[in-house]
Formats: sequence, structure tokens, C-alpha cells
Amino acid sequence: MTAASSAGARRPPAGSHEPAGGQRECLELRGVTKRFGGMIAVDRLDLSVEPGEFLTLLGPSGCGKSTALNCIAGLMRLSEGEIHFGGKRVDRMPPEKRGFGMVFQNYALFPHLTARENVAFGLEVRGLRREEVVRRTSEALAVVRLEAHGDKHPGQLSGGQQQRVAIARALVVEPRLLLMDEPLSNLDTKLRGELRTEIKRLHQRLGLTSVYVTHDQGEALSLSDRVVVLRDGRVQQIGAANEVYEMPATAFVADFMGYRNLLRAEVESVDGHSAVVDAGGLELRGTAMGDLAPRGRAIAAIRPHDVLCHFAAGDGLRGRVEVVEYEGNVFVADILLASGLRLYAESADPLAPGDEIGIHIDPRRLLVFPDQDAPQA
Amino acid sequence: MTFRRGVLLSAPAVLFLVAAFVYPFAYGIVLSFTPKSGGPLANFTVFLGDEFQRAAIGNTFALAVPAALICVGLAVPLAYRMRRGIRGERALTALLVVPVTLGPVFIADAMLFYFGPVGWFNRVVEALHLTSEPVRLIHTYSAVLLAIVLTAFPFAFLLLLGYISGIDPVLERAAHVLGAGPWVTFRRVLIPLMAPGIATSFALTFVLAFGVFPSAVLLGEPGGSTRVLAIAAYQAAYEKFDFSAGSAIALLMGVLQLGTIGLVFAVRARLYSGARGGKG
Repeated sequence: MTAASSAGARRPPAGSHEPAGGQRECLELRGVTKRFGGMIAVDRLDLSVEPGEFLTLLGPSGCGKSTALNCIAGLMRLSEGEIHFGGKRVDRMPPEKRGFGMVFQNYALFPHLTARENVAFGLEVRGLRREEVVRRTSEALAVVRLEAHGDKHPGQLSGGQQQRVAIARALVVEPRLLLMDEPLSNLDTKLRGELRTEIKRLHQRLGLTSVYVTHDQGEALSLSDRVVVLRDGRVQQIGAANEVYEMPATAFVADFMGYRNLLRAEVESVDGHSAVVDAGGLELRGTAMGDLAPRGRAIAAIRPHDVLCHFAAGDGLRGRVEVVEYEGNVFVADILLASGLRLYAESADPLAPGDEIGIHIDPRRLLVFPDQDAPQA
Repeated sequence: MTFRRGVLLSAPAVLFLVAAFVYPFAYGIVLSFTPKSGGPLANFTVFLGDEFQRAAIGNTFALAVPAALICVGLAVPLAYRMRRGIRGERALTALLVVPVTLGPVFIADAMLFYFGPVGWFNRVVEALHLTSEPVRLIHTYSAVLLAIVLTAFPFAFLLLLGYISGIDPVLERAAHVLGAGPWVTFRRVLIPLMAPGIATSFALTFVLAFGVFPSAVLLGEPGGSTRVLAIAAYQAAYEKFDFSAGSAIALLMGVLQLGTIGLVFAVRARLYSGARGGKG
């Protein structure tokens, strides 16, 4: 189910300029389907990527995001559908003819070649003159700040350095389209943050049309102009990063966007954009997302930082703090409500296990989705 | 583990090696340099001075080098085709291993009948009126070469298949996206990464072929083109009963094999060094 298309909401990539060669080529996927035996990995995917846009395919493992990327790269044949790039159909074209660049999760550097030779590979197979290969290879290594490590073999470089070589190798051929398959997933947290900024900087500077695959919502939100959330090979939502974050179209997207509290509930009443649900004996008022029918199964979603804790006595929701995790700027608490429900809450004030607290939830922050996975009553 | 226990544990193996390998080996060397007559090097000067005897060196290389090249040359493309596994791979692998288990004498016998003057091969050729006389296939250089290739190929193939299926498939994909077609990828990525395996399987099949004896006698011309070093050593030791001369020829074989293998690995190190940017 597709929701919230985003024609108006897309921000142009900030600070970008015309890509090298001034090409303004659009990538278009029409009904792209990929089957493995009886399993459908990608199911009728329609997508269009604007020139200079940074688009991310986001989803858990097995959602088909990497398969879709491999189809765009030409590394997998489509079962059905078409891929067009720059007005031409490319899905029958072998990968080496497409002129794309690709960065892989495990770097995929050639272990028998030095960093410099790895970067030069794409230029050499294109048959460029020796001097030009040397000049452009040096430039690309400078862009990723690895001039000093050009003569080292991949085995002598750290993971972050290896991935920067891989990025230089993909950029040096001035690709018409840059594809990245979880490029940060093999790195530790600190390096991941640094390289993420690096990728963003390169995109702002070069304005390359990019398709990025990740299972990390933070990466998706921070890098992308638009995010495509996939589940079981199908699109759940396509939208600008802020749209997907603020207005998730389904409970699945909400789960991915940090709605850590997902409560199974039954719809009691719906009134326009407002809905009242019964979540295991607890009556909650929230914002209706999608078609809700009274007595239908629903999922109520709320982010931990929208569950407000207070120590004032009174009526309303009350619960006991069970576990507290200190995360530097906030305390994250696992709270057991009187009804037996559990909620995660974030609080700037210190909380301790055993605290009896009051809870307030703003109905505008509580989203009520139809339960896709439950048989509708 | 303490040192004492280490010594005790390794003692049986060391004793076995000394009794079964080190002593006979050393004895053979000493024997080579104590000829029936003449100075210590007499065995070697006599052997190398005799044109007929000296020809055995050339004959052996003329079989072993082409045999190793053919085995590796066939194994590389086949292993490449099968690097991601194919249907019926187990059956094919089993089929390839059969010649190894049969042994060279059995294969030689089978070839003698099949390719012989009244064997199936010649009968079919004659029935089709392709030739008027039986084709002479046995008791030739080619028959010995074929027999060696049959027995040595499985080793080369299985070794290379192990090497090539150990190469991360993502490297091939990376090369394709970078603009390299299948052939360029094979030549510039897979071959260099397989180089150690290619050198090893060449060395292995070369050594197997270099020591050829039964096939050379049964299928070849043991008095002429396939009079290899092993035959020369056998004749010296068991026909002339000069064990010293036989040992000397065997020692010469060992030195020539080691020299060739050393050369192969030196070439490979020069072509595809891991250390400093050497590239083929």
C-alpha cells in the first residue's frame, strides 16, 4: 500500500550544482518485479529518481531493497518490469555498459591491487590515457583524503579507509548514477557517523543522482531527499525524509521511524481525524491514520519521548518504573501500567526503578493505524 | 604443554620419519656419490655424457610440461564455469575422481585395448571408411601424454575449484559495474586472485607427470620418445644392477623437479606480488 506521495514536499538537494557533464538524467522503475523461485523479493516497484536526488531504500533485511538496487545496477535480471535511465531502457543492458558507480557493504576492493590501482581500475578498463588515469585517480584519492595511503593494499587499510577507497573508485569514473548498498553497515559507530557526513558532503558537492540502501533509519533520514520504505518487496511509503518521520503511513513505517511503543488495540470510535481505541483495557485517544472501522483491529503508536512522565498525584494514567537506562541526555524507562501494558518513556528528569509516576500522552502524538497483519473484523 | 611432553608426543612421528624417509633419503644421496668406479661425480658425468641417456631428461620435460599446462589450461576454464556450482556437480566431481582411483596401470590397459589396432576406436574409424589402415595411437608419445592428463587433471581441477569458489563473488560484480565485461574481469580480477592456485596446481601436476613410469612403459615407446628418467633409473638399477647409478638418476630427477617448481613460484611472485603493485 502506497501512501503520501510527495511531489510538493521534496527539497532540492541543498547546495548541489550540475553534475559533471551537465547531464540531467532521470531513473525510472516501472513495475519492477524480481522472483527467486516461488519467493517474490521485489513486487511491482514503481519509482522515479530525479537528477541530483538522493533517494534511500529503507527496510529490514529481506524487504527487497538490495535486490532492487542490484536490478538497477544490472547485476540481477528482472522477472518483470522495465528500468529506464536518461530516457533509454536499460534493464537488458549488461552492468558494464550502464556507466553507474556502486559501493558495497563489504567494500569489495580487489585485494591484489593497491588503493590507487583499485581506484584506477574503472578508468583503465575504459581505455583512458595513462596520464589522465593518474591525474583523475590522484584527484579521487584526494577527495576522500587518502592521498597518503594510495600504495597500500586493502588488507593494510582500516574498514573506514577501505570504504573511502571504494567510494573514490565509484566516483572517479564520473558515474551517471551512484548506487550504495549499506556502505556503512560494516563500520563501528564512530566511523559510521564520520563517513555518513563524508557521503553527505560529497553529494552536496557533486550533486550525483544517488540511490542508497540501508536498514538504518538515522542514515536514511540524515542523507536522503526522499525515503522509500519497503516491506516484503512492496512500497509502504515514499516521501521526503521529514514526511516519513512525522507522518508514517503505516504501523510498519512507524515502527521503523522510532515509534517504539506499538500497542495492539481495538477501535472504539472514529470522528474525522480523531480516534478512540481500547488497548488492553486502556482507553486512548489519538490521531487516525488510514481507514479505521469501529470494532476493527488497530495499532496505537507513540514515540518514547512523547510519553510524558510526571510525579504529580492525581487521576489519569499511572504506572511503575521497572527498568531505567541512562543514555546521557535522557533516561529511558520501561514502565508497567496498572492495566498490565508496558510503555517506553523518555524523561529528562532522573527516574529510578520502583517510582510510581503519572503519564500524559498528547492525542496529537499518538497515531492510530489499521492493523495490516490482523484479519479485519 | 611442557617441553618434555611435546618431545614425547612428537617422538613416534619423528622416529617414523627418520626410519622411513630421512635415512633412506640420505642413504640414496650417499649412494649416488659412491659409484662402482671413478670419482664421486662419476655417475653424473657418465649419465650426462651419454647422448642416449641424456635424452631422458628432455623426454621427461617434454611430457611433464605439456601435461601440466594442459591440465591447468583445461582446469581453469572449467573451474571458472563451475565457480558458483552447477547442476550435477557432485556427479561430475565423482566422475573426475574415478581415474585417480583406478591407477595408471588399469588406465593404460584400457587404453591399449580401446585404441589398439582391433579396439573399438579403430573399428569405428574403419567402419566409417575414414582411413584404410588402423590409426596408430598406442605406443606413442601422445598416448602417454593422454594417460598422464587423465590421471593428473582431477587434482588440478579440484584444487583450482577450491581456489576460485573461495573468491568473493562481490568482486566480480564490482568489476562489472566499473565497466569490465566478463573477459576483462576474468583476466584482471579472477586470474590474479587464482594465481597461487594456478601455480600450485601446475606444480602438483608437473610432479605427478615428471615421475611417470607405468604409462611410459605400457603405452609409450620406452626405448625412444618416452624413455623418461624413471625408466632410465629403473634400467640402471634393475637391468644393470647398478644401484648407485640408479640413485644418481633419481637424485637428478629430484633436483630438476625442485628447480622447476622454484621457477614457477618465482614467476608467480613476480607477476602477482602482494607487496608492491606488481600486476600482470
